[in-house]
Amino acid sequence: MNDARPASRLLTVSQAINEGLRIEMRRNPEVLLIGEDIGALGGIFGVTKGLLEEFGPERVLEPPIAEYGFTGLAVGAAMRGLRPVVELMFSDFVSVAMDPILNQAAKMRYMSGGRFSVPLVLRAPRGSGDHYAGQHSQCLEAWFTHIPGLKVVCPSTPADAKGLIQSAVRDPDPVIFLEHKLTYNREGNVPADDAPIPLGSADIKRSGRDLTIICWSRQMFFALEAAAELAAAGIEAEVLDLRSLVPLDWAAIKESVGKTRRVLIVEEAARRGGFGAELSAQVNEEFYGALAAPVKRLAGKNVVIPFSPGLEEAAIPQVKDIVEAARAACPR
Amino acid sequence: MSSPYSKDLLLGLYSSMVRIRKFEHKAAEAFQQGLCPSRVHLCSGQEGSVAGAVGALDKWDWLTSTHRAIGHSLAKGAPARALLAELMGKATGCCCGKGGGMHLADPEAGLLGANGIVGAGLPLANGSALAAKLRKNGEVTLCFFGDGATNNGVFHESLNIASVWNLPVVYLCENNGYGISTAIEKVTRTPDIVARAKSYAITGLSVNSDNVLDVYATVSQAVAEARAGRGPVLVECKTWRQAGHYYGDPGEYSPAYLATAAEKDPIARYTVYLLENGPQGIGQADLDAVVKAAEDEMNDAWRFALESPFPGPSGLTSDVYAADNDRSVAR
Repeated sequence: MNDARPASRLLTVSQAINEGLRIEMRRNPEVLLIGEDIGALGGIFGVTKGLLEEFGPERVLEPPIAEYGFTGLAVGAAMRGLRPVVELMFSDFVSVAMDPILNQAAKMRYMSGGRFSVPLVLRAPRGSGDHYAGQHSQCLEAWFTHIPGLKVVCPSTPADAKGLIQSAVRDPDPVIFLEHKLTYNREGNVPADDAPIPLGSADIKRSGRDLTIICWSRQMFFALEAAAELAAAGIEAEVLDLRSLVPLDWAAIKESVGKTRRVLIVEEAARRGGFGAELSAQVNEEFYGALAAPVKRLAGKNVVIPFSPGLEEAAIPQVKDIVEAARAACPR
Repeated sequence: MSSPYSKDLLLGLYSSMVRIRKFEHKAAEAFQQGLCPSRVHLCSGQEGSVAGAVGALDKWDWLTSTHRAIGHSLAKGAPARALLAELMGKATGCCCGKGGGMHLADPEAGLLGANGIVGAGLPLANGSALAAKLRKNGEVTLCFFGDGATNNGVFHESLNIASVWNLPVVYLCENNGYGISTAIEKVTRTPDIVARAKSYAITGLSVNSDNVLDVYATVSQAVAEARAGRGPVLVECKTWRQAGHYYGDPGEYSPAYLATAAEKDPIARYTVYLLENGPQGIGQADLDAVVKAAEDEMNDAWRFALESPFPGPSGLTSDVYAADNDRSVAR
């Protein structure tokens, strides 16, 4: 009988995050979870299923609907050395939990001259495509990347989600961990063991020589589909998954862009002031003159995410848009 | 005359109040001389509330403070040198000159930090109390806030969470009757903040800050409740500030309020009590020694802060993150 553990097996993003959390909670008794309905229900997306049963109500805490109150509480607990992982039911709800993030967690280390750390993780489902309309579908990563002191992680695959949540929990600084709702059920191979992935390391999900598609979260899957179509048309696109926006793996961007000299940035968030605009500026500042084509951005429309499915789909970049933009950037 | 309290405790409370007042004289002087980059929020008149409440804590207990943090910090054990240096933005300040007067913090003194956002300390105190509860170490967290914070949503959220989770936290509302220039009557119809304890099914206690021993006794009772695992307690301490919102505040407070603030000066009242009653044999010489020690301490802090350097340029980008600052600050 072969009782060796499998090196990896298929898990969904949701199961992978669950496994990452479980490993970290077993590893460190001061890791605890705080979030609405994360206990018996396992969170409304089921990410924390079974954790209450294993770790008990002292470490899987279900607060009242009071996002400011429990996010602030988590900051205070983190300042005292606990490692709280907060789940916001939807990332949109951060509007009512913003002070603890903006003015407390992000600033505590700096304003105390390095005397306090805030090892806090804030997990929050993001993104459109599930017909929740404008107050439950936004991509707000640019809010967080704009705040010095925060780290911002946007995983795509199950393996990345597990490895990055493990690193986020071990990180000494506050990490905003944004999970795309429509990736939760995507399957992929996930290492069975401890597999932390350092924050700030991008990953080439597909290599290519003609064009770099910089992306993160769900749009990475769109970029992969587009790259397959482009390959059929003779264009080899490199898909660079940033995985974390802060810290940013500039070395990876530099290497890829140095090779392809063409850049397409794809993001789901609204275009105006999005993180893609920041990336575009940085690439232009460093590569102006070396680029074979202007940096191109594909992003969500500057609209409220609509409810009706057809309109909702039209609000964010689709695979065909990526193909079209890539072809325009790579004239044959 | 006898007292239930020891001579050390009685003189300790006196010393705590006198040290705060002497320190704040230095802070005001520093501001007048242009040595403080920003305004200073003094607690003169409120020392009874500060010294009595903090005096009820053990050394290893924690507290969260407000923008009016000098007294809380000094009473809890943060060194006067580091506090005054911080007010001047010096590298030797308790936050290396990067926080300033509204952000005084000192983990070694159990000071989770002053806060520039009204009410923001309440959930932080809950988090600290949660840490104590999970670690079962008996620590209590004392959470200071003003009357102005009690109309903020986070007051409700925090007291409700602390109540339902039975957290070892003492909420201490220093009700000085004003939020900057806005009188409490204009912003709430509840004259007594302590009445709100009832809606969270927690214990509420009330006291006046002009009698430091009353504050000490009341907060000691609250701390004992919290430490025994009987959950949070809300204490309302009615108090009167003498210096306005900040030093040099041009706000037009009513003459009646200012007269009350002067009349209820906790240091003057406690001095009279000690000298007239002589509890545990305390006399003028004891008080003189306390005052002399406080003056010496603050003169030393003044020299230290004045002679200290400003932070060097490397301080700009350090401590944004624990490590790898060059990379994360650049991109």
